[in-house]
Amino acid sequence: MTQFIDQIFVLGMQWLLNYVPAGARSLVSAIVCVVAVVIVFPLLFAITTWLERKGLGRIQNRFGPNRVGPWGLLQPIADAIKSLTKEDIVPIQADHVVHFLAPVLLVAAAFLAYAVLPVGRNMVLVNLDAGVLFFFAVGSTMELAVFMAGWSSRSKYSLLGAMRAVAQMISYEVPMVLASVVVIMQAGSLSTASIVDRQAGYTGIWPHWFVFTPWGIVGFTLFMIAATAESNRSPFDLPEGESEIIAGYYIEYSGFKFALFFLGEYLGMFATSGMAITLFLGGWSAPLSVLTFIPSYIWFFAKLVTLICGFIWIRGTLPRLRMDQLMNLAWEFILPMALINMLVAGIWHLMPAGPLRWLVCSAIVAIPCILLGIGLKHKKKFQVRTYRYAE
Amino acid sequence: MTVSFLILAVVTVAGTAAAMGLRNAVHCVLALTVGFVGIAAIYLQLDAQFVGLTQIMVYVGAVAILAVFAIMMTHSPTSVQLPAYSSFWLAGSVVAAAVFAVLAWAISLSPAYTRQAPQEPDVTAQKIGDALMHRFVLPLEIMGLLLTAALIGAVVIAMDRKEEMK
Repeated sequence: MTQFIDQIFVLGMQWLLNYVPAGARSLVSAIVCVVAVVIVFPLLFAITTWLERKGLGRIQNRFGPNRVGPWGLLQPIADAIKSLTKEDIVPIQADHVVHFLAPVLLVAAAFLAYAVLPVGRNMVLVNLDAGVLFFFAVGSTMELAVFMAGWSSRSKYSLLGAMRAVAQMISYEVPMVLASVVVIMQAGSLSTASIVDRQAGYTGIWPHWFVFTPWGIVGFTLFMIAATAESNRSPFDLPEGESEIIAGYYIEYSGFKFALFFLGEYLGMFATSGMAITLFLGGWSAPLSVLTFIPSYIWFFAKLVTLICGFIWIRGTLPRLRMDQLMNLAWEFILPMALINMLVAGIWHLMPAGPLRWLVCSAIVAIPCILLGIGLKHKKKFQVRTYRYAE
Repeated sequence: MTVSFLILAVVTVAGTAAAMGLRNAVHCVLALTVGFVGIAAIYLQLDAQFVGLTQIMVYVGAVAILAVFAIMMTHSPTSVQLPAYSSFWLAGSVVAAAVFAVLAWAISLSPAYTRQAPQEPDVTAQKIGDALMHRFVLPLEIMGLLLTAALIGAVVIAMDRKEEMK
């Protein structure tokens, strides 16, 4: 019975394909998969906007949305109707074709990334041999969309925002890829499905996730920091810092195109979180062996929502970084740590299993982490700041 | 010659042709990117996943952005608008046609043209990795050294400028 519920979507798909002529099967299965992704993840986006506004409101000691529906739950629908009916204003000086293509490319690239995410047992849309590479290749096209948006608006604010965003995304893409290389080294495969398979199994009740190793926890932390910067979220939201450049690269977009940018940004965040789950948190597998009766896709989405809540919490807690701090963090801390982490993953692979391996690997990770932290603090005075408020 | 190959070929050729013909430099880069994506799609169609995806990652994610940045840093809006076709286009096209004719003639004479196509190899990312790490490890190391030297050079240039400003 549990197996039936676990595989209900896979079985439903097979049942549906029995009624389709053999020639059209691959086409129909592709369309059904695409429709599923296009429905599920924007729905998650709608829930997330509500969750984020409620959560931030809670952190900032206010109510958040509470007018539309019970607890403001219907707020996303009201927002969607509002952005659909708004006038679409394109600046007269703008490059109309590129201005139109930028949000389309961004959302298309964000959706493409879901093709390789295993959201449940046997539930990956395309099991590519080079799945992780596909994910990063698709992610890198989002930079081009951001640049197109900023450049085609012919506004100084949007151009500055685009330059900041592209510089930031390029800087953090390198440590992001390097942080995931450790998993590829250990799993010996670029396919997302086989990476999840390598994390299957339990010792006692504890799972064999990659995050429960010295290189895994470091890799996961670095990956999540880089993912926050990749998706332009607080504390790395300089490209859209409203106190400096208003809304950054999408300032000249209104109505539904603005909503598309919003959607693309959140879809990118979900996709990178999904990748982090696949690489480090065991994909769709249950966190304890006694909990395997719960279907695999529920576990995937539970982990995804947990990570999203973490993102919201961080957004409500940390102040925005300055540009030089952002770049220093990327090149002086995260990148060297990612390289050292690759060394540790190699040592972990070669040493025999046992407590000695844990000790050696943890030491090799912890000592440079502390030293690099001291290096970042170098020549900087940390003291209580005094502020002068407007009297 | 399948339908998908024809579509991809048309997209690639149209993209690269537009990159030569358009007047706005940023439009040229965007059109060239379409050409890059077309080539990557042709690789993917030939089942060369690793090469195709690396093509997208390197050319769309890095080279196109680099070209755009280079244009933004050097291009000024008041610069002289040069005509898209140079004054010696006739001589240029004659030279191009001659080079194409010689190359086509040489290729048609080569034995590779008549040789039977070898069996399609089953290349996975793992096999490429094995080949790079075992048989071709020395060229890989030399490439790494070269790129590191380029990186250090870039850092040195950036550092010098900072001291001049002080």
